[in-house]
Amino acid sequence: MAATKASKEQKYDRQLRLWGDHGQESLENAHVCLINATATGTEILKNLVLPGIGAFTIVDGHTVSGEDVGNNFFLSNNSIGKNRAQAATELLQELNSDVSGNFVEESPDKLLDNDPEFFHRFTIVIGVQLPESTCLRLGSVLWSASVPFLVCKSYGLIGYMRLVVQEHTVIESHPDNALEDLRLYKPFAELKNHIDSYDLDSMDKKDHSHTPWIIIVAKHLEKWLSEHNCQAPKNYKEKEAFRQFIREGILKNENDVPEDEENFEEAIKNVNTALNPTKIPSAVDDLFNSEQCNSITSQTPSFWLMLRAVKEFALNEGNGSLPVRGTIPDMIADSQKFINLQNVYREKAMQDAGAVCKHVESLLQSFGKPPESVSEKDIKLFCKNSSFLRVVRCRSLAEEYNVDSVNKDEITSSMDNPDSEMVFYLMLRAVDRFYQQHSRYPGVYNYQVEDDISKLKLCVTSLLQEYSLNVNIKDDYIHEFCRYGAAEPHTVAAFLGGSAAQEAIKIISHQFVPFNNTFIYNAMSQTSATLQL
Amino acid sequence: MAVDGGHRDGGCDWDGRWNHVRKFLERPGPFTHPDFEPSTESLQFLLETCKILVIGAGGLGCELLKNLALSGFRLIHVVDMDTIDVSNLNRQFLFRPKDVGRPKAEVAADFINSRIPGCKVVPHYKKIQDFDDSFYRQFHIIVCGLDSIIARRWMNGMLISLLSFEDGVLEPSSIIPLIDGGTEGFKGNARVILPGMTACIDCTLELYPPQINFPMCTIASMPRLPEHCIEYARILQWPKEKPCRDTSLDGDNPEHIQWVFERAQERAAEFNITGVTYRLTQGVVKRIIPAVASTNAVIAAACATEVFKIATSAYIPLNNYLVFNDVDGLYTYTFEAERKENCSACSQVPQDLQFPSSAKLQEVLEYLTENASLQMKSPAITTTLEGKNKTLYLQSVKSIEERTRPNLCKTLKELGLSDGQELAVADITTPQTVLFKLNFTT
Repeated sequence: MAATKASKEQKYDRQLRLWGDHGQESLENAHVCLINATATGTEILKNLVLPGIGAFTIVDGHTVSGEDVGNNFFLSNNSIGKNRAQAATELLQELNSDVSGNFVEESPDKLLDNDPEFFHRFTIVIGVQLPESTCLRLGSVLWSASVPFLVCKSYGLIGYMRLVVQEHTVIESHPDNALEDLRLYKPFAELKNHIDSYDLDSMDKKDHSHTPWIIIVAKHLEKWLSEHNCQAPKNYKEKEAFRQFIREGILKNENDVPEDEENFEEAIKNVNTALNPTKIPSAVDDLFNSEQCNSITSQTPSFWLMLRAVKEFALNEGNGSLPVRGTIPDMIADSQKFINLQNVYREKAMQDAGAVCKHVESLLQSFGKPPESVSEKDIKLFCKNSSFLRVVRCRSLAEEYNVDSVNKDEITSSMDNPDSEMVFYLMLRAVDRFYQQHSRYPGVYNYQVEDDISKLKLCVTSLLQEYSLNVNIKDDYIHEFCRYGAAEPHTVAAFLGGSAAQEAIKIISHQFVPFNNTFIYNAMSQTSATLQL
Repeated sequence: MAVDGGHRDGGCDWDGRWNHVRKFLERPGPFTHPDFEPSTESLQFLLETCKILVIGAGGLGCELLKNLALSGFRLIHVVDMDTIDVSNLNRQFLFRPKDVGRPKAEVAADFINSRIPGCKVVPHYKKIQDFDDSFYRQFHIIVCGLDSIIARRWMNGMLISLLSFEDGVLEPSSIIPLIDGGTEGFKGNARVILPGMTACIDCTLELYPPQINFPMCTIASMPRLPEHCIEYARILQWPKEKPCRDTSLDGDNPEHIQWVFERAQERAAEFNITGVTYRLTQGVVKRIIPAVASTNAVIAAACATEVFKIATSAYIPLNNYLVFNDVDGLYTYTFEAERKENCSACSQVPQDLQFPSSAKLQEVLEYLTENASLQMKSPAITTTLEGKNKTLYLQSVKSIEERTRPNLCKTLKELGLSDGQELAVADITTPQTVLFKLNFTT
């Protein structure tokens, strides 16, 4: 057992550094359903099997054709004529022995007819190359069961993804460029005391040059406030003056030449961001004002419970601020000064998290739930990430497709540029219509291409009419989509394979932020767009 | 869906095999490249004639080989100097636990050739520097999936050296397109380089900021982060205490990492620093970059699409740089990187070196390594004085380093250099020497 754990740590080392052991655990507990083992489907699954999801099930009623094998790495030519789900499962399973692979030789429509609850067991369902009717049926079942649904399609040189999830909470969004939480504007008591313990004017040269820039800014800010009627530097002119004020604090040698004090240079550089008043980010404020946060019941998931507790904290102990994050960036300083300063922030963060814990406890108590229902570890993590919380809510497919709730604004404003990626969304919808009418896709055979252009154009027109969309779709796009003949070139399938797999991992792990809600990839121009439909 | 054209290739093809590809080669369309002509011969060209070189058989390389093979390319060579490690298995899907220790290029080629009938991948368990221009000249397109900027620059320099000019005009037939992909965690980029025509790797060197190392004084006397403690054990304690008898520290040896980890923990305890873990230690010592299958899949797919476009003229290729990031949703940005007028690699003109004649050679050396557009690693500087070739400074050979070291403290004037003097600089970042022209400022 220990040997497997160690070898898994080695094997997954490069990805553990991105989502941690707890992220990996959530992957290993996940069961992913893939519908249709086309090239797009198997490429998505490959990128989920390799990182070690617990299990997958492929649902596919098709038999393998020669064409299927031609663009699919996980089908071989001796599987022609066999069921596609079974054939693909074998070669995907072989990628990673930690993963358990299953297959169901059935079309999703049949399963929806006979046993729709079949889909309730999955962590996420990924539907590939689904006709519109199947997609909508499945979407409705999964929406009612609160199972996340990821719809993917590769059509010629266009890739399409649609995420359907009612409410997806993210505690660990891992933002790329987060601002530090230093509380310089209104230092908390312990920080104020620590700043007071420094006297820049009486320090020797070595100490002076190794004082953390946070202290330097704080000290100078104090002086500034007393001389400027408690008004912190706000505009560029004032900040420039403040920077100059700090520069004047640099020690000078006996010839009155300023010494080389890198910590002061750091202070000056950080003035821009360090003086921003601590505010609750508007995204978090919105969450505080949301229904789920304010109507807590015994069924409320722990995310909202913790959020409510943080809101209570902000209103009370926090004095209008979120719990202190507790981390500071590295800076020029001697070890002791840095560690002591770091500990001031760390201890405050622990104190704040403790206060939040008490709020969680009292909330739990009011429902007769034991305090252990939400772990201290989870609360600490929540507090540390409180500035970065995200909630993603995607509209249902029913809402997207319903004439009364279609997002007309998004469509028409995007189509102000007739070459925007939105045109591909509309073409995919038109192509779905064509399939519904003719039971085939346009231009599959060479001889069909020319005639199908006018037929597809009729579908485009009826689509735009039905939704009262006053947009113009250039004939070139209609021609191009007939030319595609529903081809699924491998490189487009592979691009979607990587994109979709990572979105699925985000849903499973609740780390990083999923897209909302439609992604279009154009391999002709290597551009993409995210639309909210 | 059934067949639309029979099979006419060798016996290994079956009905409908290339249907998905054919539609882009045999049908006219409104968005094709102006040079594109629908024909059944394009597929033959891919299958029988077009030669592609894939550099790297790792995260990107495995994906590239699969993508190219399933797009119709059969004559593929792959170069990789590495062997397979257990930590590769989470994304380099052509390798299995039983392959650990074997050369990546060979295992990758075997897997592709057996999974994709008719595909003939030729492996080379070698460094790119082991080949000369005669090797590289044979390829129509070269695709890189490298993890080193130095290697990229070398490849870039090699293709530029293959360019031929007639009366100062670049001969198009000497251009070998270079498709370059790179990934790091959830970020990646793909670019198309037409050497001599579009921005090359060195034109945009500033896009790759130099790696930041911790200052020595921090490591030696003022640690604040667990990383500082680890570097102390690696850089200062290991050479001093030499726990393994004169061996240099091997990041792949768990015993070495364990030793560094324990020493780092001791140092951290001394300074009340928390956070030293085995995983962090390994990450710092080996300069590990986190990696997942998905990002490599996306970038390799974009690169392979470009190879296909260029090989078949099916569409206008990417012009010329794609950036991808899926930390928050999915973000792509496509732009045209511009050529640098005085690029040290592709501008074909000697680089300007402006220094006072009283400047020491040391200053010139520092400029060559620290300047963001040059970022040389260990430049060797030579020049011609009194008709004879003279080495001013060279680091890579111990005896020459010792002999030429005193030159670093001499001024350019003392070394006998004059205004307008040409210096030839060699470095691992380029296969050809770079010419500089001294411009005295005082």
